[in-house]
Amino acid sequence: MRAPLFNVHGVSAIYRFEMARFTRTIWQSLVTPVITTSLYFVVFGSAIGSRMQDVHGVPYAAFIVPGLMMMTLFTESIFNGSFGIYFPKFVGTIYELLSAPISPLEAVVAYVGAAATKSVVLGLVILATASMFVSIDIAHPIAMVGFLVLIAVTFALFGFILGIWANSFEQLNVVPMLIMTPLTFLGGAFYSIEMLPAAWRVVTLFNPVVYIISCFRWSFFGQADVPVALSVGLTVAFFAACLVAVGMIFKTGWRLKN
Amino acid sequence: MSSIISISNLTKTYASGVQALKPVSLEIKRGEIFALLGPNGAGKTTLINIVCGIVTSSGGTVLADGHDIVRDYRLARMKIGLVPQELHTDAFETVLHTVSFSRGLYGRPRNPEFIEKVLRDLTLWDKRNAMIRTLSGGMKRRVMIAKALAHEPTILFLDEPTAGVDVELRRDMWDMVRSLREKGVTIILTTHYIDEAEEMADRIGVINKGELIVVEEKAALMKKLGKKELTLQLQEPLTAIPAELSDWQLDLKADGLELHYAFDGTSDPNATGRGISSLLKRVSELGIGFKDLNTKQSSLEDIFVNLVHRDSGAGK
Ligand SMILES: Nc1ncnc2c1ncn2[C@@H]1O[C@H](COP(=O)(O)OP(=O)(O)O)[C@@H](O)[C@H]1O
Ligand SMILES: [Mg+2]
Repeated sequence: MRAPLFNVHGVSAIYRFEMARFTRTIWQSLVTPVITTSLYFVVFGSAIGSRMQDVHGVPYAAFIVPGLMMMTLFTESIFNGSFGIYFPKFVGTIYELLSAPISPLEAVVAYVGAAATKSVVLGLVILATASMFVSIDIAHPIAMVGFLVLIAVTFALFGFILGIWANSFEQLNVVPMLIMTPLTFLGGAFYSIEMLPAAWRVVTLFNPVVYIISCFRWSFFGQADVPVALSVGLTVAFFAACLVAVGMIFKTGWRLKN
Repeated sequence: MSSIISISNLTKTYASGVQALKPVSLEIKRGEIFALLGPNGAGKTTLINIVCGIVTSSGGTVLADGHDIVRDYRLARMKIGLVPQELHTDAFETVLHTVSFSRGLYGRPRNPEFIEKVLRDLTLWDKRNAMIRTLSGGMKRRVMIAKALAHEPTILFLDEPTAGVDVELRRDMWDMVRSLREKGVTIILTTHYIDEAEEMADRIGVINKGELIVVEEKAALMKKLGKKELTLQLQEPLTAIPAELSDWQLDLKADGLELHYAFDGTSDPNATGRGISSLLKRVSELGIGFKDLNTKQSSLEDIFVNLVHRDSGAGK
């Protein structure tokens, strides 16, 4: 008997298992972003947005859409990526994954793939909700979808690492809440960094989220705060770093095996 | 190739510094039922978990059906099914889903007929659409067994399969183990219930403090290490064992009302002049009356207690 090169059945079993959790609670999963997005539009779009100037010729209400999508994409990707692997660790069912004929790469493809799928779906739901409030022309639709997927996969992978690292639910929440949320708010989700005083603009450039939101917004409106190539390069580099980290985690069995 | 599992010089020291396995070497024969017997903390789970890929070894090698469990982990693991000691289940999954999931995870294509058969054999079919959290502990244990069998393994590990299990499940489990063996599945089970090993196993390995003390055919083990014991129920209590009986190394029990004589069950004690008949003769010569007498063959339990005791007694 020869070893199969890729455990297709194993990957699809995990992927479907993870997606089932999403579809079991499909209404909760979808209603939340729809309501949140609508609230943002009531507050930022109508109440505040009407008093705001256009940003680079884009109406403020439309300008915030990519940032809104990114905010959900970050939190959902990290949460789903981390929960998928943290939960079996927590309840002990991880024994089955560890004893299965499945390679680290296959496990990552399955868990991260499922987590990224969910957040891409949510991102598109937000876009659809937003387009009911404001008309949005997407300048580079293919690039937009490409970024959406790349960013979802990258942060789901990052979440996967967090899920392996975390020893408690508190630790699981600490990075999304204490790091990602502020970085997103300060990362130009709701403004162009050109609107900031010069000194703050420099500080902001140390915030990696700025680069991600900037390139995503470029795919919508054709304008970026920082060069698009730099943004893409940084995101890919972060993705590669996470991939290397996951490889090392599985190789050493860190936090997974005794 | 007669060994299906070949373990050589396997060691494990946990990060805490606990040495759970001293170099252990063991060959499991194809198609046998092997019982790994040992007290709590002996290293049984550690050994199994290393073979199954849940714990990393500190040294040594393991081959499963000729495949190195680290280098050729895919082929090795496809052959192995594991029912772990602890009940770990996905509370919110249904029985059918979780068992089908296991089959896929182990790289096997869907086969609803086979899954149905496994569930029927374990009397889980009626519960196939029940959520696992609604099941009793015994039923959950059955689910774990079904998961382990879902990918048609040829090697099955059962880690303390009957700990905290009711009589019915225990009986079902032994029926299942026997019928799996008939199909050629090799079964390795751990237990600290000796009667279980005595009832089921072809061969027994005794492990204590990370060391394999003996590996023997069950019958040979009992013969080699088994003792017989003669008990005399006395009419009048004795305060001490008379000097005339010192040849036999007797014990006085039950407030002087019982005389115990333990002897090697394999060699013929009569040949040495210290047999039962000469003992009984001497007893009646001394005028010690007895109401009753019985002999008993020591069980595996006695053998086991002896072995483990002797092992710790040696100051290890
Ligand atoms: N994860 C662990 N970390 C540290 N020590 C452990 C761990 N698991 C088991 N041990 C220790 O290793 C020894 C063997 O344990 P185990 O293999 O579970 O024994 P058994 O299954 O025979 O009861 C025990 O002393 C136990 O405390
Ligand atoms: Mg154990």
